[in-house]
Amino acid sequence: MNGVHDMGGMHGFGPVMPEKNEPVFHAAWEGRVFAMQRATFFIGLWNIDMARASVEKLPPDIYLGVSYYEKWERGLENRIVSYGLAGADELAAGHSQRPGKAVPRKLLAADVEKSLQRGSYARPTNQPAQFKAGDRVRAKIINPETHTRLPRYARGRTGVVEAIRGCHVFPDSVVTGKGENPQWLYTVVFDGRELWGAEADPALKVSIEAFEPYLEHA
Amino acid sequence: MAPDEHGHEHAHDHAHEGGSELSQVQLRVRALETVLTEKGYIDPAAIDRIVEAYETKIGPHRGAQIVAKAWSDPAFKQKLIADATAAVNATSDLTHVSDHLIAVENTPRRHNMVVCTLCSCYPWEVLGLPPVWYKSSAYRARSVIDPRGVLHDFGVSLPDETEIRVWDSTAETRFIVIPMRPAGTEGWSEEKLAQLVTRDSMVGTGQPKHAEEIGA
Repeated sequence: MNGVHDMGGMHGFGPVMPEKNEPVFHAAWEGRVFAMQRATFFIGLWNIDMARASVEKLPPDIYLGVSYYEKWERGLENRIVSYGLAGADELAAGHSQRPGKAVPRKLLAADVEKSLQRGSYARPTNQPAQFKAGDRVRAKIINPETHTRLPRYARGRTGVVEAIRGCHVFPDSVVTGKGENPQWLYTVVFDGRELWGAEADPALKVSIEAFEPYLEHA
Repeated sequence: MAPDEHGHEHAHDHAHEGGSELSQVQLRVRALETVLTEKGYIDPAAIDRIVEAYETKIGPHRGAQIVAKAWSDPAFKQKLIADATAAVNATSDLTHVSDHLIAVENTPRRHNMVVCTLCSCYPWEVLGLPPVWYKSSAYRARSVIDPRGVLHDFGVSLPDETEIRVWDSTAETRFIVIPMRPAGTEGWSEEKLAQLVTRDSMVGTGQPKHAEEIGA
């Protein structure tokens, strides 16, 4: 999806402003949102890609206009409603009006410790990798309306495969209901001038983590 | 974040009850948590524990231990660069990490910086949750096109000929930068070296502290 979330190379956002002695959460509600996000992953109805997709689908003015954890909160509301776990009327009322649905799992306090470990997205495959380190590759020009992890700034640009990172869940498939469809993942490095033109910093190199379907031999 | 949220850092927003008015977002969050709890999808005690873990246990001190070990033990550093997940998990005094941690080393010739232009991917297990600047539009937009300008915002300047390598975290691989070991730290213990390793130095927007900054 060519959304405002795909920010690499955009101008006009001003300087980066680090905050001294920044707390983990700036308000208690941020922690609640963060933790609800974790706990609702555990239910097992959606994965990280679906969660990202629901945040990217927020209207651009909302995406740019609200704080980080508020985006998460709105994305989570959207998933809760679209998966039929609660009605928009119930969220608006602030209370459940009907019994809950049976869900696969519920995260209990006693299980939190082990749930904090990140899941692995690596998957076995019988398919050989199509590219090897050192290969020159071009990122395809694609413009799916659905979630993808190929940033716009790399599309159509030529780079070099630096490493193979194993075979992983393919986000573009997961979000369209086509399953995990595991694909080889590569680190592909681009020269700064290939991405940004002759005026770019000659000492700049940028890499992306690219799934095999994003790439073609150059 | 809305400016009116600053300064409200107490552990539970319930303290507002009967006091000052709740903001729009606080009301939404409370409504969501109430509905999810009443429907039986979440356990509020589990929510408390997750918040507590990230506020008190999971943070950049974990990454700092990894970097300090890499500075002290060349064989470990080699393994770390070859396969960071395996190297860290084979070492009993380091925290366990999940798949696809990648360690990238700064040298006099190359400086590494990590960004996620598409969202906010960050190595939580070793650095904790990302700071606001890492998730900001400014950082996500500019890092890949003008990393020297971003470094300038952090007060860091590098020679023009130093290669700047920006790692855009577009998949489930996660990156930690191994900064260069500061001068004057020969013979230091890993524990003491770890005190030099700042969070920003492991993202690539800062340098480690100087030896003098933490005393003898």
